[in-house]
Parts: sequence; structure tokens; C-alpha cells
Amino acid sequence: MSTSSSVASKIVVYLVLIVCALPVVFPLYYAFIGGIMTPSDLASYPPKLLPTAIDLGNYSSALDTIPLARQYLNSAIQTGIVTLCQLLSSVLAAYAFAFLRMWAKTAMFALFMVTLMVPWEAIILPNYLLISDLGLTKGPLTYLGLTLPFLAHAFGTFLLRQSFLQFPIEVRDAAVMDGCGHLRFLWRILLPLSKPAIAAVGVYVFMTTWNQYFWPLILGNDDQYKTLQIGVSMLNDAESSSPTLILAGVTLALLPTLVLVIFGQRFIIRGLTAGAVK
Amino acid sequence: MEARTIRQRGPTGEHRLSLLYLAPSLIIFAIFVFYPLGRTFYLSTMGTDIIGRANKFVGLDNFAGMFSDPGFFKALGTTALFALFTVVPAVVGALVVVLLLESRISGQRMFRTVFALPFAFSVATASVIFALIYNPAVGMANGILSYVGVDRIGWLTEPDLALISISITTVWMTLGYNVLVLSAGVGAIPAEVVEAARLDGATGWRLHSRITVPMLSPQLFFLIVISTIHALQSFGQIHILTKGGPDGATSTLVYWIYEKAFSYGSSDFGTASAAAIVLLVVVLACTGIQFGVLERRVHYR
Repeated sequence: MSTSSSVASKIVVYLVLIVCALPVVFPLYYAFIGGIMTPSDLASYPPKLLPTAIDLGNYSSALDTIPLARQYLNSAIQTGIVTLCQLLSSVLAAYAFAFLRMWAKTAMFALFMVTLMVPWEAIILPNYLLISDLGLTKGPLTYLGLTLPFLAHAFGTFLLRQSFLQFPIEVRDAAVMDGCGHLRFLWRILLPLSKPAIAAVGVYVFMTTWNQYFWPLILGNDDQYKTLQIGVSMLNDAESSSPTLILAGVTLALLPTLVLVIFGQRFIIRGLTAGAVK
Repeated sequence: MEARTIRQRGPTGEHRLSLLYLAPSLIIFAIFVFYPLGRTFYLSTMGTDIIGRANKFVGLDNFAGMFSDPGFFKALGTTALFALFTVVPAVVGALVVVLLLESRISGQRMFRTVFALPFAFSVATASVIFALIYNPAVGMANGILSYVGVDRIGWLTEPDLALISISITTVWMTLGYNVLVLSAGVGAIPAEVVEAARLDGATGWRLHSRITVPMLSPQLFFLIVISTIHALQSFGQIHILTKGGPDGATSTLVYWIYEKAFSYGSSDFGTASAAAIVLLVVVLACTGIQFGVLERRVHYR
């Protein structure tokens, strides 16, 4: 292959990639730029792609229209509880599957895997009835309603078990020699050495919980206890909100996960492709 | 395996201890997965009162009512179309992007991050942005069309177009994930395999079609299964963009369930549960069929 044709083919590849990348990036650009545009700029037709003036007031208007700051806190509490508890329950279960003798271990593991095959949408109605019968859809108890069904998930157990099974058995034997108990071994030796797997599960749980929509939608009665995702969609429905204000709200809701995708990509790849890449 | 045990508790002690470690997960699964699963079947045989409380046994009446409802079959058809419109473009598009990224160009990492960006969006943030893009009056979609002299289009209000508009949004949302999965798959292809093929004179598309794509088949298989299941379960983008409209044109099975149970004061949990069982069966069947059919064609290393 001659050099000139390889240069030409490289240019073609770049051009195709850039053309593909434009529609991918555009909504993000639109959210950021729209959020700082003046309402009249964005409302002009055809809409302007660059702001003629910068208007940061959209952010404060968005916060005034819907209690977004409060909902940020709600989402943080919800995501914090679910991520911590799911990590805890998964670590314990994965430890038992990887290191302990257990009656009917294969059947027990199959039981865990079965829970992964049940679509949440198929059992969401009885879950809703249960949570509302328990009174967990009102006031601060909403936090319990939001989090309880997700305090354990078999995906984390599955992924951590894979990681624990690769743990060098000699290190564990050495710990046993020194009279190290299960929890001590788990906390002092196994977890520090399993940080990448823990981070992968943590990032995965964080993103899925932060981004939940259906469950918080049917659960929340009171604006004060709705999550950020529901708040943002309410912003879209509110009669008084202008597009610039909606986009400012979207940008706010987007920031935490955007930071994770840009800076935590290797953990995301590890967590999300665990089933796909051996 | 004696070596894998700590402390001489005796076998019984360790069996009990392992149950204790499983207990938090087992309790949650029992209350929030297995009990609701049973209750879905129970509710599907029950009539409900005005606030959705099960009040009388009706046998299979809910299923009979559902199967004689044209709206239900329309929802099934819409679900199938939606899966087709989202899975194929999102997987093929991601494959094209990843193969282009493999062309030994500089800036590969940056491009990969750019294509992964949509993954940061939740269904709510993505749908709200697209609601504005599709906005007939001020939206960017019509704005771009106006530059080439095309009249305004009702992206979400034309019955024939609304499902496609929602599919575009969904493809955009899932592309990033697919790119991440396939990139990781390409990274896992042994360098010797690629080098050997290059030495044999395979380059460009020939290399990709003979080596890269077959080597990626486990990831492609995984993506097709996962995205089909996700498509069957999609809810947020429909709720935010069209609320199932216009005239039921975008009401998928999950949305139909939601409407039966929660929409406009309807609390028909019986019929909604019957439809939930259909959803359960369809999702399980899809997983089964795809494993059965695709497994044989997939090149596993």
C-alpha cells in the first residue's frame, strides 16, 4: 500500500468519525450551551448554535421552579444508601460463595442468578403495593421506600465472587496461620486487594441508582421527596419553564454521572462488560 | 477443601456461617423479588376495586379481557418494532465506530471517550433534552431542517414518526454503552492473532471481516441479548416524550402495564399483573431463543 493512499484513507476515517461524533456530542453541547443562553436566543427560529449573551440566571430560575437542590440531596441519599448497602451485602455473599463451605452451594448460587432474570418491571406493581402498604411512600419514610428493594443485587455478588475466586490461596493460608478470622481477613486483606472490583461494582450501582426513573416516579407523592430525575422531568412538564431553564436543570442533574464517565471509564468498562468479556 | 477454611469451626459451623453471610441478600430477594413474583401471579387472577385492592377471584378473566383488547396487541406490536428500531442500529452503529477507531489513528482515546459520553445520561436527562430537540416550535431538529428548506415536522405528534423519534433517542442513549463493551472486546483480542493475519496480507475491511468481527462475536451476542431485554423494559423515554401517544402509537407493553395500573385513576392491577406475566414470559423467551439460536454461531475463544 502506498503512503499517499494510506494518508488519504486516514483522512477519510477521521472525517467519518467526526461526522459520526457530531450527533453524539450535540445533545450534550445543546444542554450546556442552552443552559447559559438567554431565553430569546434559544427560542429564535432557526435556533442559534452560539449564545449572543451569557445568562447564568437560568440555573437559579430552574432551582426556583422545582426544589432541585432538595431533590439533589434526595438522590444523593438514595444513591448513597443503595450503593453502600449493596456493596456490603454483595461482599458478604460473594465471600461465602468463594471461600466458605455451604450446603447446596450450586443451588444457592442458581437462586441468586435467577433473580437476575426477573425483569424489575414485571414485579414493580406488587412491590409498589407492598411499599405503600408499609406506609413508605410518605414523608422521610420515602427514603426507605426508594432504597429497600435495592439493598441487595445478585450482579454485585456475581462480579465480586469472580474476583474473589482469583485471590491467591497462599495469602489466605498465611492469614489463617496467623489466626486471622473471617471478617478480619475480609476487611484487612481481601477488600484492600480487591479495590478494582469493588470500584467497578460501586460505580455500576451508583450510576444505575442515580439514573432510576420508573420506581421513584410511582413512589413519590411529595415534591420534597422526589428524586432529581423526577424533578428534571417535572421541569419539562411545568408550564412556566422555558427551554433554557430546562436545559440548566438537565445540566445540573447530569454532572455527577458525566464526571464518572469521563474520569472513571476504566471502572465502568470493567463493571459493565463483566458479562461480555471473559 | 480443607485449605479454604479458616478456624476450626467444624463443617456445621461453617455451613451456618455461610448462610449468615448470604442472609442480607436472601432476605431482600425473598421480600422484593420472590414474594412479588408470586403476588404478580396471584393478582393476575384477581379482580380489583376502585383503588386497586384485590377483592375477588376471577380465574383467567383478566387474561381473557387482555387478549380480547386490541390495544394490548397493538402494544405488543409496538414493543417488537421498538426493539427492532433500537437494537439493530445501536449495535451496528457501535460496531462501525469501534472498527473505525481500530484504524491505528491518533486521538483514539479521545474519540472513544466522546462516543461513550451518552452513557452519562439517564433516561430522564436524555429524554428531556430530546423533548426540546423535537419541540416543533423551537426545537433544533426542525431548526436544522429549516436550513435545508424543509418544513416543520411533528416529530412526536405524527403517529408514524413518534416511535421512530423515540427510537432515535434510545439508540443515542445506548450507543455509548455498546461502544464501551465492543472497545473492551477489541482490547481483549490477542495481538498475535491480528499480527498473524496482517503477515498473511489481511488489511482494512478484510482484516475486520475475517478476524475482528468474528473475534467480537461474544460481545456482539451479549449486546444483542442485553439491548433486546432493555428495549422490552423501556419506560422512561416513552413516559417523558409521548406518554404513549399520539393515540397509543408509542405505547409499549411496559407502558401499557403502567397505564392500566396508574394512569388517569385507572387501578386495574389485575389486568396489569396479567400483562406483567406476559412481559416476564417474553423476556425469558427472548433470552432463551437468543441463547439457543445465536450460541451455535458465536465464535467463542
